[in-house]
Amino acid sequence: MSLLLEPNPELIKSERIYAEMGLSDDEFAMVENTLGRLPNYTELGLFSVMWSEHCSYKNSKPVLRKFPTTGEKVLQGPGEGAGIVDIGDNQAVVFKIESHNHPSAIEPYQGAATGVGGIIRDVFSMGARPIALLNSLRFGELKSARGKYLFKEVVAGIAGYGNCIGIPTVGGEIQFDSSYEGNPLVNAMCVGLINHEDIKKGQAHGVGNTVMYVGAKTGRDGIHGATFASEELTDASEEKRPAVQVGDPFMEKLLLEACLELIHSDALIGIQDMGAAGLTSSSAEMASKAGSGIEMNLDLVPQRETGMSAYEMMLSESQERMLIVVTKGREQEIVDLFSKYELEAVSIGTVTDDQKLRLVHKGEVVADVPVDALAEEAPVYNKPSSEPAFYREFQEMEVSAPVIEDYSETLKNLLSQPTIASKEWVYDQYDYMVRTNTVVAPGSDAAVVRIRETNKALAMTTDCNSRYLYLDPEAGGKIAVAEAARNIVCSGAEPLAITDCLNFGNPEKPEIFWQIEKAVDGMSEACRTLSTPVIGGNVSLYNETNGEAVYPTPVVGMVGLVHDVRHITTQSFKQSGDLIYVIGETKEEFGGSELQKMLSGKIFGKAPEIDLEVELKRQKQLLTAIQGGLVASAHDIAEGGFAVAVAESLFGEKQLGADVTISGHAAAALFSETQSRFLISVRPENQTEFEELVEDANLIGKVTDVPELTISDSGRQPIVTESVNELFTAWKGAIPCLLS
Amino acid sequence: MKFAVIVFPGSNCDVDMFHAIKDELGAEAEYVWHSEGSLDGYDGVLLPGGFSYGDYLRSGAIARFSNVMNEVVKAAEAGKPVLGVCNGFQILLEAGLLPGAMRRNQNLKFMCRTVQLKVENADTLFTLGYEQGEVIQIPIAHGEGNYYCNEETLIKLEENKQIAFTYHGENPNGSLADIAGITNEKGNVLGMMPHPERAVDTLLGSADGLRLFQSIVKHWRESHVVIA
Repeated sequence: MSLLLEPNPELIKSERIYAEMGLSDDEFAMVENTLGRLPNYTELGLFSVMWSEHCSYKNSKPVLRKFPTTGEKVLQGPGEGAGIVDIGDNQAVVFKIESHNHPSAIEPYQGAATGVGGIIRDVFSMGARPIALLNSLRFGELKSARGKYLFKEVVAGIAGYGNCIGIPTVGGEIQFDSSYEGNPLVNAMCVGLINHEDIKKGQAHGVGNTVMYVGAKTGRDGIHGATFASEELTDASEEKRPAVQVGDPFMEKLLLEACLELIHSDALIGIQDMGAAGLTSSSAEMASKAGSGIEMNLDLVPQRETGMSAYEMMLSESQERMLIVVTKGREQEIVDLFSKYELEAVSIGTVTDDQKLRLVHKGEVVADVPVDALAEEAPVYNKPSSEPAFYREFQEMEVSAPVIEDYSETLKNLLSQPTIASKEWVYDQYDYMVRTNTVVAPGSDAAVVRIRETNKALAMTTDCNSRYLYLDPEAGGKIAVAEAARNIVCSGAEPLAITDCLNFGNPEKPEIFWQIEKAVDGMSEACRTLSTPVIGGNVSLYNETNGEAVYPTPVVGMVGLVHDVRHITTQSFKQSGDLIYVIGETKEEFGGSELQKMLSGKIFGKAPEIDLEVELKRQKQLLTAIQGGLVASAHDIAEGGFAVAVAESLFGEKQLGADVTISGHAAAALFSETQSRFLISVRPENQTEFEELVEDANLIGKVTDVPELTISDSGRQPIVTESVNELFTAWKGAIPCLLS
Repeated sequence: MKFAVIVFPGSNCDVDMFHAIKDELGAEAEYVWHSEGSLDGYDGVLLPGGFSYGDYLRSGAIARFSNVMNEVVKAAEAGKPVLGVCNGFQILLEAGLLPGAMRRNQNLKFMCRTVQLKVENADTLFTLGYEQGEVIQIPIAHGEGNYYCNEETLIKLEENKQIAFTYHGENPNGSLADIAGITNEKGNVLGMMPHPERAVDTLLGSADGLRLFQSIVKHWRESHVVIA
């Protein structure tokens, strides 16, 4: 669209053109009031993207304030590209998770690929070297052709970007449920490493300093991506395919290396990724955070296409671009640095003192807007909230244990549920080894990446069981954080902090908003109890297809510190004769369980209970035991319960078996999803010391050298006798089978 | 012994190669940017994996026109050891230092896993630390590792014992004659899809790749003692 075709300010108002861009009548009136005049088309575009939920968090801000965000090791909390936590020795870990759900629903390969590209830029814009990628994915149940297509293409997109740029994709989680059929969730997380003195911020300080544009040229792709991400998906969403960006991982590899060289230059004042809302958000936010203004000449913006209007340039979400502010007079150094990587670095503006974003195009001022109005003063809504009727029903429902005739068969069936089954089909496509630091590869509770030239390593995981959240968002929110911490502890690490990605439906519906509030309450409480503050994250609302919301899915990305690589522990049993323990007692809890879903096709009843103090105690005792060298293997008991956990512990490299005896109700002992439990193996010589240290550990059997799983009931009658190979085949073959 | 680790725009296993040489092998290594015009002073040349120029057009097709490639050809002609791994192998094929070409993996997917390799010729400067026929564990990570050449070339490769490594057990990518790595006729240029530099530390799994680098150094020492 050329300038000539853009509607004039009067027409924008009389025809309510702002409504098409997602602004309400009241919001438009606020814009008019702020400017003291009607906005032109370009200015309207700036407000529309900056005041979208995606950029402003206008609907979620009051809730997000509840998160604990500080801690003695937190160097940077929410508000910058990514959060930062101190790990000692002058080093820090930088990480963040972000969603790319809407683009992936429409164009799965590019949607997922650019989600990865965006989160990597958030991390290296802080000055950190990205060292690992994770993801959290949700799809429908792999029954429809469309569902399989989305799954295959999202995985291919993540692989395509991560492999090419050379950052290992080391872990993640995938769950399948019909609520995600039309609206898959694609959350990407990046973890980086930085020395304290290299930490950079996105701030435009120093009047007269130069604003430079670096990286790829601006095209017409992704225009209004942020606005699109703040709407529900409908059958007409396919038409918004032009709002999906196209990624170029090779370009980003060059940009990454150039920027990491740049951060050592004292000419650099500030740096920010041009992510959602591209040039608009990066310039307005950098100026707003520094209390300054920015004036840019858009004629100078490197353009991929001819005849682009100011509106198009400012709203483009072309990938692999950064905005930087450098000391006036030192621009040539920057140009030279980037030219080594065959990249452009172009001066496009200056820092001013009037706190305005002023844009000039073809000799005319095309926008003149207060930066704070864009970046800080979006309206904040306290949305009405109401408890959905189904919640009360679920709470009052008595769920009895299902009657099971064949425990072996049930276990095999559970192992072949896609949510539980091996994800090797997926991670085989990810280069999880590049940079040669991956100690624990995908497939374990948490991935572990060593830190070169130290004895330390970082453990990382993503987690969220949205079925529990659907039944009870507060309990489910607690469980999501606790389970992530359980995974971290099982790998031998101390949990440090979390990043979260809040994926929910339309917040304008009071029942959805209630889910958000309750989930955040639960997560906040767990974060406080477990001392894992929230250092950043992302909100993705409007995840609905034709009016149906996804399950509430606040994904938790957690990072932990392994103090000594000798503490690194995996889930597989290590040798015959080792003693097998379950930490924690088991209750009859089937609400939202994999078993319930498998047998009845739906979920109902109460979510499992969780006592965070008990959780903390067990995690601390287990970690102490691991650090003391007393634990041979550790695995958290999660979806599918104890039986699935013990089977998974047998799927290691060695041909081992297990002979265990359960107590109490057999179906519960095997398949209940009671929280705060762990499956541990211990060498016989460490028995006494381990039992003294870990109060709630119950000895249930031992590892054998016959590759067979035998589970006996309290009357010593075997109720499961199955070859490990049979179980393994069911588990490993399930996803390829569903896809073929 | 001093190695040059060539870095093309888009190389991403350069760091791994560098650390394998410095930290695990204990030899000298330096990064050499693709625009450099000389490899004087280096005793061996390493072309690492990655996605040079994004693998756009065809893997290795653009990188082979880099300035430094003239020097790599000279080093090869001078008999210096030249090792190309993964994308480095693809570049050596494109540059004509090794015969044949790469196709996409048979299943059309990128794959990352540790595989078993059989040492087919333990008599090269790269493999003298292995036993003939030994089976070793080395990771692969590639989307285009399906080696192909015409029949005449294959016969020559076999006759000259240029096939250094084959896949043992399952062939992951469908390569001709299960080929995982080949040398030139003289035996001083090796191209292989699996990543020996990823298998140098037991903390990360296998350390079977270390002997490949040790072989290079051993051969270099011995040949230099003879010359001296």
